Parts: sequence; structure tokens; C-alpha cells
Amino acid sequence: MLLLLAWRNLWRNKSRSLITMASVFCAVVLAVLTAALQQGVWDNLIKNVVGYYTGYLQIHHEGYWDDQTLENAFEPTDSLQTLLQTTPGINTSAARLESFVLASSGEKTRGCIVVGVEPAREEGIIHLREKLAKGTYLTQTDDGAMVGEELAKRLSIGVGDTIVLLGQGMYGSMAAGKFAIRGLLHFGSPELNENMLFLSLPNAQTLFDAAGLVTSIVISPTDTRALDQLAGTLNNRAGPTHEVMTWKEMMPEMVQSIAADSAGMYIILGVLYLVISFGIFSTLLMMVAERQREFGMLVAVGLKKRKLAWMLTIESLLVTLTGSVIGILVSIPIAHYLAKNPIRFSGQTAEVYERFGFEAIFPASTETSIFLTQGLIVLVIGLVLSAYPIFSAFKLEAVKAMRK
Amino acid sequence: MEIVIDAHNVSKVYNPETIPVHAVNNVHLHVERGEFTALVGPSGSGKTTLLNLLGGLDRPNEGKIVINGTDITDMKENQLIDFRLNNIGFVFQSFNLIPVLTAKENIEFIMLLQGASKKQRDERVQTLLKEIGLSDKTNTMPSQLSGGQQQRVAVARALASKPQFILADEPTANLDSKSASDLLDIMAKLNKEENMTFIFSTHDSRVIERARRVVTLVDGRITSDTATFQISH
Repeated sequence: MLLLLAWRNLWRNKSRSLITMASVFCAVVLAVLTAALQQGVWDNLIKNVVGYYTGYLQIHHEGYWDDQTLENAFEPTDSLQTLLQTTPGINTSAARLESFVLASSGEKTRGCIVVGVEPAREEGIIHLREKLAKGTYLTQTDDGAMVGEELAKRLSIGVGDTIVLLGQGMYGSMAAGKFAIRGLLHFGSPELNENMLFLSLPNAQTLFDAAGLVTSIVISPTDTRALDQLAGTLNNRAGPTHEVMTWKEMMPEMVQSIAADSAGMYIILGVLYLVISFGIFSTLLMMVAERQREFGMLVAVGLKKRKLAWMLTIESLLVTLTGSVIGILVSIPIAHYLAKNPIRFSGQTAEVYERFGFEAIFPASTETSIFLTQGLIVLVIGLVLSAYPIFSAFKLEAVKAMRK
Repeated sequence: MEIVIDAHNVSKVYNPETIPVHAVNNVHLHVERGEFTALVGPSGSGKTTLLNLLGGLDRPNEGKIVINGTDITDMKENQLIDFRLNNIGFVFQSFNLIPVLTAKENIEFIMLLQGASKKQRDERVQTLLKEIGLSDKTNTMPSQLSGGQQQRVAVARALASKPQFILADEPTANLDSKSASDLLDIMAKLNKEENMTFIFSTHDSRVIERARRVVTLVDGRITSDTATFQISH
């Protein structure tokens, strides 16, 4: 009966209830879409940045990340390979051997990073084949090299030319080799374009006198949202001789950028929720003020104040929930539409994005948690604001209220 | 005879700390079961205050109020609300029906608070609507009822909980003479046939004429308490 009474009371002043619900509805739609777009943009950015080179997850020898030398290379043992094959949540993995060398061609010399890769597997990690701008893609047995476009330009070399690499191998040995350029790579990041040179993994192991050794195993997860869980599992199983790092640990500056941007969004959402709160509160204020006589009568005839407070709480929650639920239901298809048909930048902005290898788009995230969180926040606002009618109900004096 | 209300030396003072107003002053009142009693007196004489005290809506500064053998003077608030629900029916001057509930639901509401079953509620509501002559208005909202009909529903609501007595504060004040007469007929019938005790405050001479006992209040004191001869209609 109290629920029925609360529902009907809601419609006593249709215009007021509808306006309040509409304000809740609009704020929820705006809040959900703001959060969905921001999350979507960051997801896309992470996908782009992580897809450049780092990957979502890497396994190293313990201490490698702080001291990135060949002395911290490790052998991917059978047990480690089995672990990677049997751990759920791993889409694919690829081993790398990475070190610094001097690259020269003719009179020109530049420092660069040599990465020994498993070319076929890297397609599933950083989509390396898609970055091939010219020439042919390496194979596992190929003895050639692929270089970043900018590096090739600075060394004045092209496909078919030869490059000489000189550096330090394992245990202080000399690393020296001559490699034919098979392909030129275009990365979004200028830094990668200027510094990267790829060999096949066996070729790099030979160059550095590091037979069977790798410096990292890069992992592509099946579900990026379960990344921390996967990292935890691998960390436990790989043992103390290995370190398992997510992109967040390898690129803390990006995590900080996301946190700073999120703070801005929270301020916008805070303002939105403040607007909702005032709307709901004014409705509750009027509702309580104009029905004092009725409340007095209800208590006089035997309705306990606790039940009166409960009825008023239901009323305020109904206003909040109705607007909120409709808002969420409407924002779900909009977010899905924006996920499939992201907002696209054009003109100079798009050029800037594309120059850095990013897609010039604003996709929306459709993560369930976004919708649930916004709904929950509005529900909490409704609950907090219902403290006012609850307080009014408990301090009500039937005789005085009926005189009003 | 069984005493339903025993108000002993009851006083109610407003603003006792500043400018004291003695709304009810040292009142002794006994009401027996089946009485049809009118509280009369000029405006400000303390009729409504006395009714509020007898109904447990307000607390006296002095004295004791015993309803059907239970002292309600110092009852805790929740106990008092429960006591009112199960022992006292109220009829207000402005009808005070719940505007969003139908006539049936308004009457049923009290029984729901008492925890009556659906069957009990349905039977009682039908009986009461029949008694007040509004069987055809079961699902009508208060706003679609006339003042007289609303007040009749209010009487039915007061009766729904099967109270010890009904307190009615100026029940005919907002009614035309025909509606007032109809309402009084119903109240008198309930009093006679079901031995329901009624105490009502009134200015209305038509109501006073129908009362079997008239208690007159002046400045919060009972100045006369007379058993009257009821005029037959």
C-alpha cells in the first residue's frame, strides 16, 4: 500500500514530477555519454600507444626494466613456454631480444635500437606488418632487416641497401654484422621512426652472441580489462626470477595523464550531479511543505512515523530512479551507436592525430560498469536527499501539522 | 455502564514559560460506552484541544487520561500511535481523506496498518460503504465526491479499525444542511445500532440538537454537562 501510495503521490503534481524526472534523465544521459566517450577515447589511445611497441604485458628477467642490458636476458624455458600456452586469457605472445647498436651506412652513423623479433607473432602483438611502408616483411629465417623510415632517411638508405651494425654482445663480446634492408617501417611515433631496427630473432641472437636468449616476452591478452588479473596470475606462476609488467607499470606517465584527464571529467560530472541534486531537492522541499496537513492526519490515524518516512523515501527514490533508469536505457543505444560509428575529426586536427599514428576518432566505450556507476551515483543522490523528508517525518507533530 | 474515557484533572497550557494560555483547565470528564456527546462552546474555548488530548494527539501538562482502562498520559510516541490506530477513530473538519486513494482504499488503509487480511478488509469495506450509503462510490477518488460524501467516507474510515470511540472535530462545519443532516443520521444510526461512542466538537445547533449529552466549555473549563432529550427525526 505504501508503494502504491508513493507512486500515486508522485503523479499528484504531474508537471513537477515530470520536470524533475526530465532533469535527472538529461543529467544521466549526459553523464553516461561523457564517461563513455572519455573511457572510449582513452581505451583507443591506450590501444594505439600500447600497439606501437610496448604491448599490454611483458615478461622479463627480474631487474631488466631498471637495467635494460643483455646481461639481463633470459632463456624462455619449456616450463615458461608451457605457462604461456596454458594460462587462460593470453591471445598470443612473442619473444624479443633488444639492445642498442651503432648503425652505419657509408659515411653516416646513428645509434639505434635493434630488436630481434618473431615476425609472424609480432603481427598479433603490435601489427608490425601493417607498419611496413615499403619493401617486404621479414620472415623468421630472413637474414635481412627492417628499419624505421626516419632512420633510413638519416642514413640515406633504402630497400635493397646494406647497413652495418656495431655494438656489444653478451659477456662483453663484440657484436657486428651486415644486413640487407628488406623493408621500411612507418610508426606513428617519431621516436620509434628514428630509432628502430628489426631483425629476425635468430639473426639478432647470432649478432649479440646470445643463442636461445631473449630480453622480453610480449603478451597480447584476450581481454584487456582483465589485464591486472592476468599479470597477477603470471607473476605468481613465473616465479621470482621473472618480472611481469603491464603497460601501466612500463608507461607510468600515460597513467598519470589519464588520471589528470579523469579529474577534469569528475568535475564536469560533479557539476551535473549538483544540478540534479538541486532539482530533486526542490521537489522534495515542495512535496514536504505542501502536504504537512496530510502527514499530520496520517500520523493521527495510526501511521507510524517510520512508515511515513519510508513512504517519502520511496517517493523520492521513484522520482530519481525513473529518470535515471530511462536515462540509462536511452544512453545505452546512443553509446553503442557511438562505439560503432565514432565521432571523426577532420581537417588539421585529424592530420595531427594521424601524424602521430592515432586514429582521429572519438569512440564511446560500452563498458557495463559506466552505466551501472552512473545509475548507482544517482541512486545514492536520491537516498542522501531523501534524508530531508525522513527528517521532516520524524520531527512531525500531528496536531501542529494538521493546523497548517 | 462501562467507562470508555476517563479524563481526570486534565490541563493543557500553551507557552507555559512565556505567556501561558490555559487551553484546557482542570477538566474532569467521563464518557461511557454508547454515548453521543457534543462538546460545545465559543471559539477558543478549548474544544479541539480537549479532543486532541482525549485522542492522544496531544499531551496534557497536568492530569491523567485513561482510555478503556489504559492510561495513555505517559505513553511513548510509537505506543500512542498504535493505541490510536486500534482504539480511536478520528473524523476531521476538512475530511482529510488521502487524495490519491479511492473511497475503498481510504477505508482499507487503516485496516492495512492493522495488518488485516484482504478478505477481512474487503468484507469490512463493503459493509461500511453500505452503512454510509456509498456502495456505488467504491472506486471513486475523493476529488469526485461531494463534501458530504467525503465526510461519510471519513466516518467509515474512522470506523474501519473497530475503535472504542470516535472523536469528530466539527464534522459538519464544512457541509451544507442536507449533507450535515445525512451525516448525523449515519452517526446516530451507528451509535444506536452498534453502540458506537461518539464525541464531537461543534458550533452547529443541528448537531447539538441530536446529541444526548452536551458538555459546554468556556475558557478551557467545563461550565455545564447536560444530558439532553434527543429530538426524534
